[in-house]
Amino acid sequence: MNKTVNQKAWFFVVPVFVLVAFNAIIPLMTVVNYAFQETFGNNVFMWEGTRWFKQILISERFHAALGRQVLFTLIILVIQIPLGIFIALNMPKEGIGVPICLVLMSMPLLIPWNVVGAMWNIFALPDIGFLGHSLNAMGFDYNFTQQSGDAWFTTILMDVWHWTSLVVLLSYAGLRSIQPAYYQAAEIDGATRWAVFRHIELPKMKKVLTIAILLRFMDSFMIYTEPFVLTGGGPGNATAFLSIDLVKMALGQFDLGPAAAMSLIYFFIVLTVCWVFYNLMMKNESQL
Amino acid sequence: MKKVKWLVPTIYIIFLMLPIYWLLNMSFKTTTEIINTYTLWPQEFTLENYKKIFTDSTWYTGYLNSIYYVVLNTIISVAAALPAAYAFSRYKFLGDKHLFFWLLTNRMAPPAVFALPFFQFYSSVNLFDTHVAVALSHCLFNIPLAVWILEGFMSAVPKELDETAYVDGYSFTKFFFKIFIPTITAGIGITMFFCFMFSWVELLLAKTLTAVAAKPIAATMTRTASTSGYELGLLAAAGSLTIIPGAIVIYFVRNYIAKGFALGRV
Repeated sequence: MNKTVNQKAWFFVVPVFVLVAFNAIIPLMTVVNYAFQETFGNNVFMWEGTRWFKQILISERFHAALGRQVLFTLIILVIQIPLGIFIALNMPKEGIGVPICLVLMSMPLLIPWNVVGAMWNIFALPDIGFLGHSLNAMGFDYNFTQQSGDAWFTTILMDVWHWTSLVVLLSYAGLRSIQPAYYQAAEIDGATRWAVFRHIELPKMKKVLTIAILLRFMDSFMIYTEPFVLTGGGPGNATAFLSIDLVKMALGQFDLGPAAAMSLIYFFIVLTVCWVFYNLMMKNESQL
Repeated sequence: MKKVKWLVPTIYIIFLMLPIYWLLNMSFKTTTEIINTYTLWPQEFTLENYKKIFTDSTWYTGYLNSIYYVVLNTIISVAAALPAAYAFSRYKFLGDKHLFFWLLTNRMAPPAVFALPFFQFYSSVNLFDTHVAVALSHCLFNIPLAVWILEGFMSAVPKELDETAYVDGYSFTKFFFKIFIPTITAGIGITMFFCFMFSWVELLLAKTLTAVAAKPIAATMTRTASTSGYELGLLAAAGSLTIIPGAIVIYFVRNYIAKGFALGRV
């Protein structure tokens, strides 16, 4: 659509701008304040320059948390995106199955995050949880509160349970927008199932998939509540992802300076990745 | 081949339902049964846990608080996002692209980063422990989302609609409320659904900004878990109840969800 130039349009944006600025800029300035200064309370600040940033960037604790976070997010994307597409491809296209699938699959998305954590805690407990009990009955030595491998397994399974539906819904919406004529043409040409997927379905899903990857990246990179309730970051620090580590540092140990510096680095990483994705997405859109 | 197709969503849905079933199962059991035995369904079916929640005010006010700030946030987000999304979908103006990306960056800000400054900031403006504080803080990620989705829907409406209305002598306000908003009701429905969803599931900020008067149900749950030992049945019952509002909302928007994803951008 060709848009007209109209500077008065700013007036329409003012309410949004004010509300978001109120929430974003003022608190962010507080973080910036702490990141460059040392405070002993009572609003007494001493300039520290980039000391906290240097401290965080070379600290092993930050490297470890960042490493765990990147690994977690990668595993999540590698599992959820293909799985979501696969399920969407196999969903019914019409009839009573459609609303049933949509309603049931959306359920995990609408459960408060700490309830998700609590639910999986109960579900995975080795003695009384269905998952834990079954795994132990099958001869696996499973205990997610004691063994870090099991804690990772449970956290990832929980996230797959929680968020794959988002990828499914997005892919399904993308698939629904494909005209039947494409499929008919493919059939006449004698295209294989894989060729249909590769040359018709995948290109049509490109836009929604970019959104799915972007959302899944952001949310899994910022994950806090669910693993906090499920494992509390443990055993040890095995599942202490960036947000968990950050809250521990800021509210637990009250190391405000380093915590603020870490916040800014953290935000910067998310922002950079999203900026690249956003530009890719906008480029795709202008091609459509 | 046909059979396999039907099998995949079924297995996936069973996987999704298992933990939910387990939670429901626990919520109908007595504490002794939970601790002493492993049973696939309640042997002594009890409604005690639910009864406690509905009669104890610390529990049910948690629900009312959550619903109150979620609804408030949904109204604020959509009301503010409507004109902004219209501006983004129809006009070019100074800094529009940068502004749009800046809005989106707030959806990307880790809530953990904002928890402490939010606490200090809302305390300093005397809004700490109010529903308004939580509703406003959730605007941080819901307004960008609402603008994003609504802009997608509005861009799908041809511009000729606006122009015809003006030729017919409609004023802008009359056009916006009488013609434009009715044409994008589906979009508004989807937007409200997502605002409701993200405000309902968020806990970190809601918990940080409240103490007693506006405490959300989810926070009541965590506190109970830590103070009064491990009352699993009660926790399970409270958890099960938090699923209901979401389920109701999904049921109402089920036909719009897929359509909304296709048209909008979520």
